[in-house]
Amino acid sequence: MRTQHGSMSRSRLRLVVVQVMVLSLFATLLARLFYLQVVSGDTYRTAAAAQTLRQVVIPAPRGLIVDDQGRPLVANRSAWVISVDRTLLDKMTAQQQKTVLTRVAGVVGQTYAQVVGRTRLCTDPNANQTTCWSGPSVQPIPIASDVSAGVATEILERNEDFPSILAQTQSVRAYPSPYGVNAALVLGYLSQITQGELANAEKANDKSLTAASLVGRSGLEQQYDQYLRGLPGYEQVAVNFAGQVLGQGQNISPTPGDTLVTSLDARVQAIAEEELARSMAAARKTFDKVTGRNYAADSGAVVVMDAHNGRIVAMASAPTYDPNVWVGGISQKNLDKLYAPKANDPLLSRATQGQYAPGSTFKPELTVGALNHGLTTNTLFDCAPYLSVGGHIFKNFESESFGPITFQKALQVSCDTFFYQVGLHFYNKYGSNPANVKAYDPLVNIAKSFGYGQPTGIDLPGEASGRIADRKWKFAYWQQMKGYYCKMARKGNAPNSFLAAFAPEFCSAGYLYNPGDAANFSIGQGDTLVTPLQLARAYAALANGGTLYEPRIGRAVVSPSGKVIKTFAPVVAGHIPSSKSVLNYVDQALRTTLQPGGTLAWKFGGFPLDKVQIRGKTGTAEVVGKQTTGWVATYTKDYVVVMMISQGGTGSGSSGDAVRAIWNALYGIDANNQVNTARAVIPGVLLPNSLPIFTGEGSVLPPVVPERRKS
Amino acid sequence: MTAIPSTRLGATRVPISRSRVRRQSVDVPLMLAVSAILVMGSVLVWAATKNNVGLNAGHPNSFFARQLVNIAIGVVLFVAVLATDYRWLRILAPVVYLGSILGLLLVMAIGSTVNGAKSWIHLAGMSIEPSEFVKLSIALASAVVIAERTEGRRRPPGTWEAVAIIALFGLPAAMIMLQPDLGSTLVLSAMVFGILAVAGLSWRWLVGLLASVCVVGTLVVSTHILKAYQVNRLLAFTNPSLDPQGAGYNTIQARIAVGNGGVFGQGLFQGAQTRAGFVPEQHTDFIFTVAGEEFGLIGAGILVLLFAIVVWRIVRIAVRSDDMFGRVAAAGIACWLAFEVFQNIGMCLGIMPVTGVPLPLVSYGGTAMFATMMGLGLVQNIHLRSHRLLR
Repeated sequence: MRTQHGSMSRSRLRLVVVQVMVLSLFATLLARLFYLQVVSGDTYRTAAAAQTLRQVVIPAPRGLIVDDQGRPLVANRSAWVISVDRTLLDKMTAQQQKTVLTRVAGVVGQTYAQVVGRTRLCTDPNANQTTCWSGPSVQPIPIASDVSAGVATEILERNEDFPSILAQTQSVRAYPSPYGVNAALVLGYLSQITQGELANAEKANDKSLTAASLVGRSGLEQQYDQYLRGLPGYEQVAVNFAGQVLGQGQNISPTPGDTLVTSLDARVQAIAEEELARSMAAARKTFDKVTGRNYAADSGAVVVMDAHNGRIVAMASAPTYDPNVWVGGISQKNLDKLYAPKANDPLLSRATQGQYAPGSTFKPELTVGALNHGLTTNTLFDCAPYLSVGGHIFKNFESESFGPITFQKALQVSCDTFFYQVGLHFYNKYGSNPANVKAYDPLVNIAKSFGYGQPTGIDLPGEASGRIADRKWKFAYWQQMKGYYCKMARKGNAPNSFLAAFAPEFCSAGYLYNPGDAANFSIGQGDTLVTPLQLARAYAALANGGTLYEPRIGRAVVSPSGKVIKTFAPVVAGHIPSSKSVLNYVDQALRTTLQPGGTLAWKFGGFPLDKVQIRGKTGTAEVVGKQTTGWVATYTKDYVVVMMISQGGTGSGSSGDAVRAIWNALYGIDANNQVNTARAVIPGVLLPNSLPIFTGEGSVLPPVVPERRKS
Repeated sequence: MTAIPSTRLGATRVPISRSRVRRQSVDVPLMLAVSAILVMGSVLVWAATKNNVGLNAGHPNSFFARQLVNIAIGVVLFVAVLATDYRWLRILAPVVYLGSILGLLLVMAIGSTVNGAKSWIHLAGMSIEPSEFVKLSIALASAVVIAERTEGRRRPPGTWEAVAIIALFGLPAAMIMLQPDLGSTLVLSAMVFGILAVAGLSWRWLVGLLASVCVVGTLVVSTHILKAYQVNRLLAFTNPSLDPQGAGYNTIQARIAVGNGGVFGQGLFQGAQTRAGFVPEQHTDFIFTVAGEEFGLIGAGILVLLFAIVVWRIVRIAVRSDDMFGRVAAAGIACWLAFEVFQNIGMCLGIMPVTGVPLPLVSYGGTAMFATMMGLGLVQNIHLRSHRLLR
């Protein structure tokens, strides 16, 4: 037997120590394993799912926009979209990326630089912020939408030549354009969601918006976006570290958007657009004696409104644009065209966003105010050729003269000198101190009651409010601008002679509301501005006995299965503070404008006024530095038709024929002036009371035709 | 009562006390633990490579098959070392040592660079990593030095032995450091420290060595011998953003894969991270993440416990060894495996720096498998030897 020497026993002890230390290492590993897999397991499981499962958004088919008869104004169609899978692209070398992007650029007809610009993430410091991709990098980035099937086939068949490039079909907006309607400025358009909108949606936990969403940018598409957009679906796929798809996960189907039923009528809309375009073209061929050149007719609008409830039947604006240019993302070329100065702002809806001096179309409203505040139907003022107000000569239109007349006659012939005196009457009665901002003014008050100077509340975004140039406005404007004009007067550096004279006067006395201002206001001139829509609903109030409505285009939201989800009832915005007799008096007076001697009579010769009792008023507003703005505002008990052409000459001259044509269509009046309501473009003449019938299988039938109500 | 077994060495049937009765045999628990690790390891290699098309070039089972071949060769080497006469091991030790130094020289001359380290020799279609054999050869050589200098004397090893062993370790360690292969250097250092401790070197020496390692480490970092990016690589396990593309990415992906396993794991071949190939080097250095994801806490925990059994049995063999050679050699191998396992799994779990160290018996690859199996053969040989003798 061997004896253990010293170093053997010592090493045995050391081994025990080593063993304890080593086993404690293993205990550490087990503890760490427990921590990773159990204590923080959820965190890592989430991280694992985030990188191995990719959610590909399946966009929801957007809801339709249909007219009163169920005719689609906006629908969908399939389009080929070419997109780049950024995660796959990033795995390639710079040279490979350049090769494939150059190749795909050639196929889709773009330059390499354009394709690169589109595929850059907006977070990339080198990104062009107008074309960059704001969505997540895992979502395929579209580089060309609505390409031909040939392009898509080429990419699909030569898959190996186009790594990371996808060709897929996508639902995009289509414009069936029944009867040739455009209505782009009412319908609106779509574009890619912005990062800000996406962040807001995420904050609000709004699942209907994703980075791939298209969002309504104007018009009904924007206003009713939440109903139209639907709920996107998701396709979950397992991907490997290189982003290649390994297998399918679960799918969540998208929920299609709901259909918006509008009160627009495609046939009336088409006629309104056609008539507006024809009238503007005619005006451009008409010589203007005042300026010595043809009328520019730069813009115009038509509003057809249901007088009973403020529903919009047609709303045309010019200039307009082709809504198809936005489908699949607008090209820079088309964008440049829309914003070119000579295009004259086709994205501005003149009907709701254009602001123009109302001119004489203001007189009926002011008459209501005057007759409710002391003046009577027997009040006479001299319709002289001109009137001197505060040292300035205020002329009548074409220096006409009718002698002492009543309000009825003054409206029929649109006598300016008559209304100057009405304006001065109240000016002298309540506010002869021009510096008194708070002076009582029944004419300003009645204009406000008719809804001027404030948005109408129509269901369209970006509506203009117009402007009532009263004392308060004048003072505020002076405060805002006096610095500019006083400086100009002091330095004597006015750019033209008009401003050279205007600047010192404005600087010293611009806040004063002079008799001239009151006179100008009384004929809708000066700084007062209205939108064609405001005018139409004011006339609707005259038509329906004094109720002011919020105009509405949307009538109802209907689910894809045909279930009515929401209806939009007419909303009363206010009542005209007037006695019935005064409203009735003005209403009857406005019939005489179409009768012999009236301003509209020469355009309504032979019209069956006994059967279709149209009331009307013309307006020809003078605009500093421009040609006159022409207005025709007409109504029956059923409808209001307002038409405006900027720089188009007199109202009756530029728009009279067009307005008559619209009335012919609405009531089925033929070329021989015979009324046959069976031929009216809207079956039953009136807007249908009921909604179109949705079968739930995708087809829409016209609503039941209501009984024609006596007008 | 059954008959009391007798030792085969005893020529006559002499009744002996129970405590002295041992059958001549290998250490069975160690054998079982190693076998279990080999089975589990080859399956893990399979799981790691089955879905990695970029790696297996369309042959999902190729790595599994090749690893089985590696294991078979390893078993042959194991048996060869086990069958070698115990006395020959001591005689062969200098040859093995010089052979491994020669291997390192060959690497410096004709080696290939893989993952930034020049550690491999490609010869006749085979890849050999000589630094793996260095671990075995240093354990052997140190054991010889200690045994020759202490056997028959009543004194513990002193300065001469310490300097000799540090020199034996220092030459190959420096060559490995130049490759650079920090992981292997760390494993070698831990092993040598363990050998010196078990050999009975005085506490002053041991504390002095630790202190000088700290001083040298501080100097290396502060004098910028290691570049900032190299330091960042080492520290990335504490803060992945220090090396987001390299070690930081690896450490994050490793943790996600392990954490994704949970208690029961995702099931064999079902690990989402493993299938998707997010963890780099998953069939070699990060093989433990496959166990973590697919087998969960239970499976990965069993793997850790199996390694603990292996180390425990080897230490037990060292304790029971009758001579200093066997004890030091076994202790060295125990330290080598223990530290390598800790370094590798710790790296996968984010508590150790990302360095290129394989998980013994599990990571795909031949050289490490061969060296480890030979080391285990040596351990079992020592076990046999100590039980051949009656005490």
